[in-house]
Amino acid sequence: MESSVGIDVRSVSHTYGARGGREIIALKGIDLAVRPNEFHALLGPSGCGKSTLLYLIGGFVPVQTGAITTARGPVTGPARERGIVFQNFALFPWKTVRENVLYGLEKLGLDRKAREQRAREFIELVHLDGFEDAHPSQLSGGMQQRTAIARTLAVDPEILLMDEPFGALDAQTRRVMQEELRAIWQRKQKTVVFVTHDVHEAVFLAERISIMSARPGRIEHVIDVRLDRKAGAEVMKSREFAELSEQIWELVRQQAIAATRGTV
Amino acid sequence: MSTLIRYVPIVIVFALWEIATRFGLVSRALVPDLGDVATAFWQLLTSGELLFNAARSLGRALSGLAAATAFGVVAGLLMATIRPVRLLVNPLVQVFYPMPKSALIPVVMVWFGLGDLSKIVLIFLGCILPVVVSTYNGARGVDHALVWSAASLGASRREILTEIVLPAAMPDILSGIRTALAFSFILMVSSEFILAKDGIGFLIATLGDGGAYAAMFACIFTVAGVGFGADRLFGLLMRHTLRWREQ
Repeated sequence: MESSVGIDVRSVSHTYGARGGREIIALKGIDLAVRPNEFHALLGPSGCGKSTLLYLIGGFVPVQTGAITTARGPVTGPARERGIVFQNFALFPWKTVRENVLYGLEKLGLDRKAREQRAREFIELVHLDGFEDAHPSQLSGGMQQRTAIARTLAVDPEILLMDEPFGALDAQTRRVMQEELRAIWQRKQKTVVFVTHDVHEAVFLAERISIMSARPGRIEHVIDVRLDRKAGAEVMKSREFAELSEQIWELVRQQAIAATRGTV
Repeated sequence: MSTLIRYVPIVIVFALWEIATRFGLVSRALVPDLGDVATAFWQLLTSGELLFNAARSLGRALSGLAAATAFGVVAGLLMATIRPVRLLVNPLVQVFYPMPKSALIPVVMVWFGLGDLSKIVLIFLGCILPVVVSTYNGARGVDHALVWSAASLGASRREILTEIVLPAAMPDILSGIRTALAFSFILMVSSEFILAKDGIGFLIATLGDGGAYAAMFACIFTVAGVGFGADRLFGLLMRHTLRWREQ
């Protein structure tokens, strides 16, 4: 399964056009090469098209110009190899935690015993054992997002797309989830594309960060995050972390200012 | 207890009624004494007349409603997911929705005769639109993220429709059916006034014509009570089905 391609985005542009309405150029000439098993963050001001780019990679929105390729070939629609986690969790609210996690496993065609076993394994991975029979409405935001992550990981996608997954959580929960996601990524080895507008989150989680411009979205900078990760979450207290965050924040700030002025 | 207190206004209406008839504030020829209504009710009940006609009526209402639900949910889902169907059906719905379906009574009588079928068709026509519209709105309102999640988990288009869109739209669909349930009662009674040989509406009309006002009111109260009970029962069913929404 080893391949030199994680995700290859080439000359992708995207225009939203209401029929008869004004056209909005969301993305313009995006080139992006995500390496296999890389944790890659997409960072940029709101409205820069980073979510659109993620939906294009997911195959949820059809590619208009350019091409997106993974190890399995060109992206033409949603597929199991590309799992997604949304900011609003997108759980099936009429299903329990276990049933949510089982949904993809049923589609996988596993027999009942294997499905149940695998569901249990992933519910444990996100520390939700004991809540298997709860409905999403009975869970906190953090627990709902754990469920969504378990549901997505259970079908073993090679690529994990995350659309501001911790944006709806309180600060403490967010921090815990970031640490856990980082730990899961290290264990499971997935190619992750993580959309966020939180600089610290991007620096803490990602190996590389693409900084996007204000609309029309382009990739302005690609930054390598080289930090000594041995200390785990403690890395956030280090000087290098602070300096790198500051440097990246400056780059993002320029784009955010441009976005509010609408000059770019 | 608090649920009982909610219905105190109804008790007050009955009390005022009783006072009005007892003290001769209204003509007894027009408004019967509640005691007479109760007696008439008992007679209708023990003779079996009430149960027979109520059963005939309920059969018609529920047949029409069931058919409307089956067709309406399918039509609403297809409208929401297939553009040509939407373009074809939407204008029909918009034109047909505000039209009083009782205006069609003479037409269905000519087309479907005086038997059960004409009434069931009329009830079907009256009930299908609220079901179609609520299903359509519910299905259109389903969060994209749910559909996309299912697609990325390996669900086919058909599976997404039946396993994701349908249950996600269920709260809207059930509200639509509840509206349709009320419509079915309205159309059941009004069609039986005009074209029936039995049924509760037929009974009300016949008793009214014959001047048996106490018995007529007994039938009216029966319809009101059964309608109310059906709505409450449906509400309970709805709450049970949608209990996943509760905290």
